[in-house]
Amino acid sequence: MADKKELAVSALRYGTVIDHIPSRSLFKAVRLLGLEDFPTAVTVGNNLPSERLGTKGIIKVADTIFDPAVINRIAIIAPTAVVNVIDDYAVVSKEAVSLPDEIIDLVRCTNPKCVSCHEPMRSRFRVVSREPVTLRCCYCEHEYSGDKIELK
Amino acid sequence: MMKKQSIVSIDNLSKQEILSLLEDAAWFEQHPNHKILDGKVIATLFFEPSTRTRLSFETAVNRLGGRIIGFSDPAATSTSKGETLKDTIKMVSNYVDLIVMRHYLEGAAQYATEVTDVPIINAGDGAHQHPSQTMLDLYSIYKTQGRLDDITVTMVGDLKYGRTVHSLLQALSHFRVKFNFVACDELRMPREFITFCKENHIDFTESTDFSEEVINNSDIIYMTRVQRERFADLAEYDRVKDLYTLHNAMLDGSRENVRILHPLPRVNEINVDVDDNPKAYYFQQAKNGLFARQAMICKCLGINPKQNN
Ligand SMILES: [Zn+2]
Repeated sequence: MADKKELAVSALRYGTVIDHIPSRSLFKAVRLLGLEDFPTAVTVGNNLPSERLGTKGIIKVADTIFDPAVINRIAIIAPTAVVNVIDDYAVVSKEAVSLPDEIIDLVRCTNPKCVSCHEPMRSRFRVVSREPVTLRCCYCEHEYSGDKIELK
Repeated sequence: MMKKQSIVSIDNLSKQEILSLLEDAAWFEQHPNHKILDGKVIATLFFEPSTRTRLSFETAVNRLGGRIIGFSDPAATSTSKGETLKDTIKMVSNYVDLIVMRHYLEGAAQYATEVTDVPIINAGDGAHQHPSQTMLDLYSIYKTQGRLDDITVTMVGDLKYGRTVHSLLQALSHFRVKFNFVACDELRMPREFITFCKENHIDFTESTDFSEEVINNSDIIYMTRVQRERFADLAEYDRVKDLYTLHNAMLDGSRENVRILHPLPRVNEINVDVDDNPKAYYFQQAKNGLFARQAMICKCLGINPKQNN
């Protein structure tokens, strides 16, 4: 199985492997999950060959299972990502990330006239389309998709 | 007692709510001094000055017997000392039953509803929403045509940046209305609204020509300002600026019931020779704002005007 081959690269005994991240979104995904300050072993690979995406990125995090609300954050920039939970070297669950209906305080509205850019407040976006991912600011109603989506 | 609610955007209102606000506006036109707001205090917070809108709201409250607190010039408030919008709204919420606010930032009124339980009426948030303008436009159409279904509305001028036409289009999408969009290429109706019309099976035409045919087949002609600063190419502005000006002679073959609307202030898009034509309605339109706002204020306070005689 293709998965087995990939996962064998640095065999993970217990933890999470996030696969099929578009290459250009990989480091954004790292940031969204807060992995820059993570205490356990984190392995990040990028520009690996992928039939579906051309090239892809992959993130392996040892000894951690993420809360779905946290892991689904990366659907904003990597809707193709797949999350594998590993237990004793075996994949025990494999699920695509799913975008919540509302994105709170993760994305920045870049409309300079939007109240959310001026007040000390959380940003809030509604997901108005999933394919392609399109977010609408709940305050000024500007819409963002693709590279226009900026993380906070 | 009805539920209190905020009105931030015209989208907050269902067709039924719009119709009931129009009925209430008609009722207030008959009873403009009905002292239904006795004992109520209403704040008018104008973080951006707008004398026209503020006077209309304050007159609406005063005629119904309510009291007003607030400011018309943010320079005089602690906002200018760096107080956040949240803090200002929370402070004022301690004192009042309703907040009418205008702000230069888009989404400010929506944000205000999230930090207070006091109902909010958005009296304009930057270039975003201005639902009381839309309600007075609707009331003017309803009053002059006797209905909102089966009418033809022609929108002329700046259809790209003019928020009033976008909100009016959305509000009228509840009804059977045919639209003519008349604008130069640079200021034509944005694609998202054209898509909106198609998705909602709304009948419309688009043209650059403010023609006799369009005028003669309209029930409402909604004129807007064509502003010089909207043009990247000033030569283009000079070419089109007079093409979308209405002159009295252009109305010679128009329908008897047609009415000319304009959100005011106008510059030169309606020639003064139209003013004395009984089809000119823009000054009465502004007056209708008073009744539309009285209806909105009562709705937000949860007061049914007709049950409190
Ligand atoms: Zn925004």
